[in-house]
Amino acid sequence: MKLQVRYFAALRERIGRSEETVDVPESVATVSDLRRALIARGEPWTSAFAETRRVRAAVDQVMAGDDAPLREGVEVAFFPPVTGG
Amino acid sequence: MVVRVQREEFDVGAEIAKLRADPRVGAVASFVGVVRDVNDDAAVAAMTLEHYPGMTEKSLEAIVEQARSRWNVYEILVIHRIGELRPTDPIVLVIVTSAHRGDAFAACQFVMDYLKTDAPFWKKEATPEGARWVEARDSDDAARERWEDK
Repeated sequence: MKLQVRYFAALRERIGRSEETVDVPESVATVSDLRRALIARGEPWTSAFAETRRVRAAVDQVMAGDDAPLREGVEVAFFPPVTGG
Repeated sequence: MVVRVQREEFDVGAEIAKLRADPRVGAVASFVGVVRDVNDDAAVAAMTLEHYPGMTEKSLEAIVEQARSRWNVYEILVIHRIGELRPTDPIVLVIVTSAHRGDAFAACQFVMDYLKTDAPFWKKEATPEGARWVEARDSDDAARERWEDK
């Protein structure tokens, strides 16, 4: 299953890229499954996720919790808590 | 267009003038967020605002729709700047028009409180010790939660 993954702010800098297409097995069904799969790849994902406090996620540009389901072709973004305004 | 994300500075007076041209309007509430020269005890020379194009606009539009459903308002305008900003530069503008002040004040504060926790913007500050990402504040989550049990 192919997903588009995007990173923002401190997470983007630590990972060294702003987006990538990832191919994951069907067992990666939720946002938290994907987070675990990325961390399991090793560096830089392991440190980036560990060092960024409270990483948030969005699925198809809507804020999403850990249990949010994934399907082929969705855009999943990971980022630190927002600080606009 | 009720939501704008832009690099350029905005003209508060001109925006208010446009919105109060509606003769039903009896109240205009506005908020302007400004870059401070100090944050968490460090001098701030400049800051860069990053955002998530597409999601930013969607999330701001969703916040505006929620405010419209809770209060009797005529128009809500949100302008948020991105890119490099310096102390005293305006970052964000919210304007709400309504017949009476109560709805305008409340909706304006609601939009700002939700924007602080839900809109995907991130600030990076330039300080004498180097650049650093601004940390989210727990007080912002608390400000948003106030509206949830009302």
